[in-house]
Amino acid sequence: MSMREYKPKDNVQARAYYTDRFYVAPQLSKLSPNSDEIYNLDVIKLKENFEILDAYIQKDELVIYINSFDNLKILKFLRDDLTYGFLMEMSAVDFLAKRDGFEIFYEMLSQVKRKRIRVKTFLKKGLTIETVENLFRSANFAEREMFDMFGIQVNNHSFLKRIMMPDDWHGNPLLKTYPLQGDESAQWYEVDKIFGKDAREIIGPEIRDSARVDRYDTERFSRLGHEVSKGTDIYKSEPSNTAVQFQEKGGVFLIKNLNKPQKILTEKERRDR
Amino acid sequence: MAQHQVKFGNGLPVALTTVDKIVNWGRSNSLWALTYGLACCGIEMMASGASRYDFDRFGTIFRASPRQAEVMVIAGTLTKKHAEFIRRLYDQMAEPKWVISMGSCANTGGMFNTYSIVQGADRVIPVDLYLPGCAPRPETLQYAVMMLQKKIRREPANRNRNIPQKRFI
Repeated sequence: MSMREYKPKDNVQARAYYTDRFYVAPQLSKLSPNSDEIYNLDVIKLKENFEILDAYIQKDELVIYINSFDNLKILKFLRDDLTYGFLMEMSAVDFLAKRDGFEIFYEMLSQVKRKRIRVKTFLKKGLTIETVENLFRSANFAEREMFDMFGIQVNNHSFLKRIMMPDDWHGNPLLKTYPLQGDESAQWYEVDKIFGKDAREIIGPEIRDSARVDRYDTERFSRLGHEVSKGTDIYKSEPSNTAVQFQEKGGVFLIKNLNKPQKILTEKERRDR
Repeated sequence: MAQHQVKFGNGLPVALTTVDKIVNWGRSNSLWALTYGLACCGIEMMASGASRYDFDRFGTIFRASPRQAEVMVIAGTLTKKHAEFIRRLYDQMAEPKWVISMGSCANTGGMFNTYSIVQGADRVIPVDLYLPGCAPRPETLQYAVMMLQKKIRREPANRNRNIPQKRFI
């Protein structure tokens, strides 16, 4: 392992946290499935019955690519014949921009073999996938989440309904095209729903800068230096600075105000700190 | 509270006060809070109510019903899905009612600068007290309740939110 590349840290706070937004992480090396005895047998059995598009071992875990219409049959085969009886996780990955579709993955665990298999399939945009809810009960919620977050329709699902976002939500938040701070309907969601669209003007847009201080807003911000009572209107007549008072000045016995002159640092001194 | 104490002969002392003061004295010392733990601040709120910090000393008893509560402590992240319900519960509380927004998430959305979080609970309900911290310790919540008591005591007893009141320090 080499050391991390050195980057100057002068304005590290000011720069955006993620500089390279389209960084593609390097892939781990892919091994052939016959490098592992158990996986090799599994792949041979799978290939006898189904069309397997690709199979490799990455980070000690078998990954197989299948056709999306085979998912139910293959997962049933994995569960009943190859002892992968545990669907740990399933969801999708957005590849709309690159390949115009989604990659759906199923993470399977065999407690007998102590092995995990990742079954992946590619689903073109607009196509639907068959539910695996009847094989694994946990797929019920996972598929609902997939529908909620990506808008992927699941066939024959018993209760395909949004699971995390509200039912009247617009858009699918885990799509890469979805803005992090929400589209227009998301930004006004609670205002529209509770008060109606007319209230938008009264309530105003969301304040996304959490460090914002409005010096004239005496309802929500107290003022340092010259305090005024809450709700005072100071737009027109802003009070001048009140002098800072120290209780030591009034004659507290033996205690004196430490009157240390403040030093203004130069640019270089500030950086060296 | 009492402005004058008069003692008649050998009888009991009589305390004279104003209606405002005695009503506010009662209100400020029996602030029943609505349990509103939404996230990790809720844990601190529970700790405040438990034996070590003991909110009962202040007359603050956590109630599970909005109809029995005077103060709503929004403790945690308010999601947009939940905003509708917090407004409904607030509307169900009987006047007079107050709101403490506890923690960064309830104040401004905090670190959740995302699509699904309400950026400050005051977009949905009026907030009386903003309590900073992530999460604020129980002492801080205690201090907030004391500040709210102070606020109640300086308000007129027949306050009505729809009529702008003159504010006093």
